[in-house]
Amino acid sequence: MKSTNTQTKKYGMVIDLDKCTGCGACMVACMAENNVPFKENESNKQDSITWLRVYKMDNGKPYPENDICYLPRPCMHCEGHAGHSPCVSVCPATATDYSTETGIVSQIYTRCFGCRYCMAACPYHVRYFNWWDPVWPEGMEKMLSPNVSVRTRGVVEKCSFCFHRYQLAMEKAHYEGREEIEEEEYQTACCQACPADAITFGDLYNPKHKVFELKQTPGAFRLLERLGTNPKVFYLTSRDWVRKQGDNYLKNEGQVIAKGGH
Amino acid sequence: MSAIEEKKAKTDSGAGFILLFFILGLVSSLLTGWVAFPKLLYSQKSQPFDFNHAIHLDMVDGCESCHFFREDGTYAGVPKLAQCIDCHEEVQGGTEDEAIFVEEYVANYREVPWLIYSEQPDCVFFSHAAHVKSGGMDCVTCHGNIGTSTSLKPYEENRITGYSRDIWGKNIAGIKKNTWDRMKMDDCAACHRENGVKQNSVQTHKGACFVCHK
Ligand code: HEC
Ligand code: HEC
Ligand code: HEC
Ligand code: HEC
Ligand code: HEC
Repeated sequence: MKSTNTQTKKYGMVIDLDKCTGCGACMVACMAENNVPFKENESNKQDSITWLRVYKMDNGKPYPENDICYLPRPCMHCEGHAGHSPCVSVCPATATDYSTETGIVSQIYTRCFGCRYCMAACPYHVRYFNWWDPVWPEGMEKMLSPNVSVRTRGVVEKCSFCFHRYQLAMEKAHYEGREEIEEEEYQTACCQACPADAITFGDLYNPKHKVFELKQTPGAFRLLERLGTNPKVFYLTSRDWVRKQGDNYLKNEGQVIAKGGH
Repeated sequence: MSAIEEKKAKTDSGAGFILLFFILGLVSSLLTGWVAFPKLLYSQKSQPFDFNHAIHLDMVDGCESCHFFREDGTYAGVPKLAQCIDCHEEVQGGTEDEAIFVEEYVANYREVPWLIYSEQPDCVFFSHAAHVKSGGMDCVTCHGNIGTSTSLKPYEENRITGYSRDIWGKNIAGIKKNTWDRMKMDDCAACHRENGVKQNSVQTHKGACFVCHK
């Protein structure tokens, strides 16, 4: 049996929170890239769908010590223990899966029957339920990307690290007789849209990729790391209060030792 | 004949009738299920006009002159009108199909709305480059002999799903004689398993969903 598996990869992101200005360009790029449905009136954010969401954090201190930080939150593509991320372990339909080739958590909308167990299991709120069939403004359905399938009412969706871009990059590689793709051939839409260069994307295993070094920056942290979800999105910041809000710390817990480097 | 014997004969013929009706019922449900239902399930559509692969292949070199790869590795698939216009500005032969083509499409610069036999659902990602270039596979493996045929077969559309019959196949008992008889998920997956293509799923230990899905 010949094996056509490529080198094992682990795609991930490093987001520099000191650079993020909260402009929201990544959110817009993500919505457009992935055919994410929206409502006519988005004022009720509770059932809005945002694969990538920028959260605003506040250190809670009065002026002049007040400080804010914006935190973009894509899907963390948790590896958990050997690919058993929280959502993958609970899905009764195999609609969500973990690939050991790319480390990406997939969501197959046609398989999903909308039980939303995964949404309950995800500690990051990255999963969204389609309460309605998408309604595109007149003419907009012609602008949808054919590379990402659209969803219907009753299924869960989430960030895929723009997996279709990986598929297209691989397709080009096949055409050119290559087995592997270069770092710049597969980049997510949010990463490319960021005007502040706060988002870096690549293979966390590959020493030639920028994320390899960046994730080892002292003070790099991941959200709710202590839960053991083993997420693939790293955050950088020079501000201790930001790092502390990224996880559940005891009130008087001592100096935080930077983790990361996995 | 005594009264008892008479009664017995009656019940005997009664049992015969029941058996007869049972067989009739069975046969008619089998016919409905195996013959009538598949006929009802699919509606037949014909292509806008017939196309003869064989005569064209004598005039151009190879499939690539019409079905080619773009520079980014994506597959152009069914040809666009621009690829035919050079030869078909005017009518070449005497067939009615060509007359329709030239008068209705070429003259009006209208793209031909070809029906695609092998078209997969929207959620499927398929790459010709992976199979034809890296895999070195032949078109016949998946498409049969369309490429050398002299006419196009009718297109059969599943009335419920809207998918082409070539996906689920003709044989409702599920018997597959040729590799191209069917192209369901299991057919893709079986070949991938044999060839060890990206068997990386944590859930199934088989092909990861995000190889063929998007
Ligand atoms: C190299 C020149 C050439 C190209 C390119 C070409 N054709 Fe033709 N085609 C011919 C000639 C010559 C005939 C006449 C053959 C005959 O009837 O003897 C023909 C016949 C036909 C016919 C009638 C016979 C049949 O196939 O049933 C159709 C329809 C047709 N072409 C469609 C097309 C379409 C559609 C394209 C573009 C995808 C195309 N052709 C591209 C040269 C060409
Ligand atoms: C002159 C142009 C031309 C050439 C050369 C040509 N084809 Fe085609 N082919 C067409 C057109 C036009 C169609 C559209 C009919 C349709 O939708 O099935 C088509 C359809 C097909 C399809 C059906 C796709 C589908 O699923 O509907 C296959 C398979 C195919 N061609 C294979 C080949 C192969 C293999 C060769 C080389 C041996 C070849 N073709 C050469 C013009 C061409
Ligand atoms: C491994 C199986 C496989 C092989 C080998 C293969 N195809 Fe296909 N082909 C498919 C599938 C599956 C589709 C439908 C793709 C889709 O709908 O996304 C398709 C679609 C097509 C189409 C229609 C595309 C469109 O949407 O316009 C054409 C034309 C075609 N193939 C021609 C060829 C030719 C010519 C070759 C040989 C060079 C070839 N194929 C080899 C599986 C294959
Ligand atoms: C007859 C065997 C066969 C069939 C049928 C087949 N495949 Fe494949 N497929 C392969 C092989 C072999 C490769 C690996 C080619 C290589 O890299 O050398 C492959 C690779 C792929 C890839 C590229 C994976 C990557 O990331 O590089 C995709 C996508 C794919 N197949 C999808 C499909 C789909 C969808 C179908 C069914 C519609 C299908 N295949 C049917 C044999 C097959
Ligand atoms: C080897 C390629 C391949 C892999 C791997 C694969 N699929 Fe599919 N899948 C297909 C193809 C091709 C179809 C469309 C044909 C059909 O309906 O059988 C399909 C159809 C489906 C459908 C029905 C969609 C519809 O609109 O009819 C569901 C649901 C589905 N797949 C779920 C999954 C899940 C979940 C996984 C991972 C556990 C997976 N698939 C892995 C190729 C694949």
